[in-house]
Amino acid sequence: MNNIMIDTGNYIAAKAAVMAQPEVVAAYPITPQTTLVEGIANYHETGEFKGEYICVESEHSAMAACIGASATGVRTFTGTSSHGLLLMHEMLHWAALARLPVIMCNINRVVGPGWNIWADENDSISQRDTGWIQFYCSSNQEIFDTIIQSFKLGEDKKVSLPVMINYNAFILSHTSMPVYIPNQKEVDDFLPKRKPVWNLDVNNPITFGNMILPPEYERVRKEMQDSQENAKKLIKDISKEWKNKFGRYHGDLLEYYKCEDSDYILLSMGAIGAESKVAINNLRKKGIKIGLARVRTFRPFPKEEILKISKNSDLIIIDRNISIGMEGALFSEVKASLFGKSDSKVYGFIAGLGGKDVTFQDIEKMCEKVINGKANNMEWYGIEGV
Amino acid sequence: MSIRPLIEISLHGRGGQGAVTAANLLVAAALEDGNVGVQAFPFFGAERRGAPVRAFARISDEEIHLRSEIYNPDIVIVLDESIMNIVDVLKGLKENGTILINTRKKPSDYIFSNKYTVATVDATGIALKNEILVGGIPVVNTPILGAIPRILDRVTLDSIKNNIKSKWKSDLSNKNVKAAQESFDQVEVNQ
Repeated sequence: MNNIMIDTGNYIAAKAAVMAQPEVVAAYPITPQTTLVEGIANYHETGEFKGEYICVESEHSAMAACIGASATGVRTFTGTSSHGLLLMHEMLHWAALARLPVIMCNINRVVGPGWNIWADENDSISQRDTGWIQFYCSSNQEIFDTIIQSFKLGEDKKVSLPVMINYNAFILSHTSMPVYIPNQKEVDDFLPKRKPVWNLDVNNPITFGNMILPPEYERVRKEMQDSQENAKKLIKDISKEWKNKFGRYHGDLLEYYKCEDSDYILLSMGAIGAESKVAINNLRKKGIKIGLARVRTFRPFPKEEILKISKNSDLIIIDRNISIGMEGALFSEVKASLFGKSDSKVYGFIAGLGGKDVTFQDIEKMCEKVINGKANNMEWYGIEGV
Repeated sequence: MSIRPLIEISLHGRGGQGAVTAANLLVAAALEDGNVGVQAFPFFGAERRGAPVRAFARISDEEIHLRSEIYNPDIVIVLDESIMNIVDVLKGLKENGTILINTRKKPSDYIFSNKYTVATVDATGIALKNEILVGGIPVVNTPILGAIPRILDRVTLDSIKNNIKSKWKSDLSNKNVKAAQESFDQVEVNQ
């Protein structure tokens, strides 16, 4: 009992961040991230967080401060949400191109106007091309475990990229669940001190970010792409190591749930990914062979794994986001992964935008519409009468 | 041991009465009593002092995968009876469900006591008596918590007291523990 902490996603994230022992945290509060940074500030007050806490005047500055600190070779952490993330946009590119492993939680919240503070993944999906690794969590335990793992992943020299750990506004950020917390020594053994690939040092001055000619710049981009590919294997290794050490496993790029003999496989992310398990259990009770592949990493995108599961199954996608003018982002990526290599049919639903609740009954209805042959290629759940 | 059913609880109160804290302490106590999967969350909105608020709790023998709101609670808890004039607190309550109300009335004073298990306790009176006040307003969450083991066998008064003790220090802790015990002793249940 002693090592189980029951608390909200944000306070659990604060605990994980502090246990990773970053030297610098710079953050600006925004609903629904506020209690995350408040939690870290509280650990600073009690002395449990021994690093520097930099209060800044905006999210752009928060990320700039993390970049500056990370460039000196130290471990850095921040958290944001929605408009805060969007204000960081320029700096997100900067952190990734500078190959600095800044670790950040983003609490997925609607982008306004109209003003709304609830769950929606369009904030982080719109940062897809910044070079950051993106995780999507579905439980408080997964938030804790993924934060610690992300430091190890991002700081590895084969990756050397920033990592964004996403979880849904309120549904996870403000919901209390029991979480197993390892002791500090166990975390330290798993996550040694950062060894930077490069760093600013007053005793050994270098310049970073100067003029770079076209061929070299293209190479920088290619190396980032290669590093995201490297991350695929490393995410698997790190998840396995965590499982062996702590006995907990949430999947790696994907989490498979009852996929073995499935005619249909549902793909979803975040909180809907957890609720989907209840829907899968109920549909299986009705005799439908259906499984779930919960997408944990949107970047790097698990295209090989998704192609593999499409060999014997049609795919049903639920997106809590929309790329306006096209379709749900996960839906697009899944189809791109299959193009020319799979005969599997793929169906996409948009659901839960603006924080609209998505229940297991809703998920069952979406799946049954596909199974009954009544689904169009892309549907808006709950708007067009599904 | 066989898996006991999932219990879903919906709490109605007013901002400042401690509904969210009550839900959190309840599930922490339930976890201590061996319910492996627990969850507590507020209604996802902006909370204002005095406005009607809701909080939710789930108690299970297994890891909980549900992330949606609670629409069909097994138990409804009303921290402020005046809420019942403006909110249909019985909406969605399961057949044979239970409702616990902070009131000076008796269970039989409610016409729905022929349909549901009704439990009543004067939590406000207990809070006032024990001087559990924030800004002069009685906070009824700990007396309400003390009444819950009388209507739900998944949580014990001991665990509720333990969690109150770990939430508050010294004098405040003692007052709240005493309030929980008094509520446990005084609650009336119609069946």
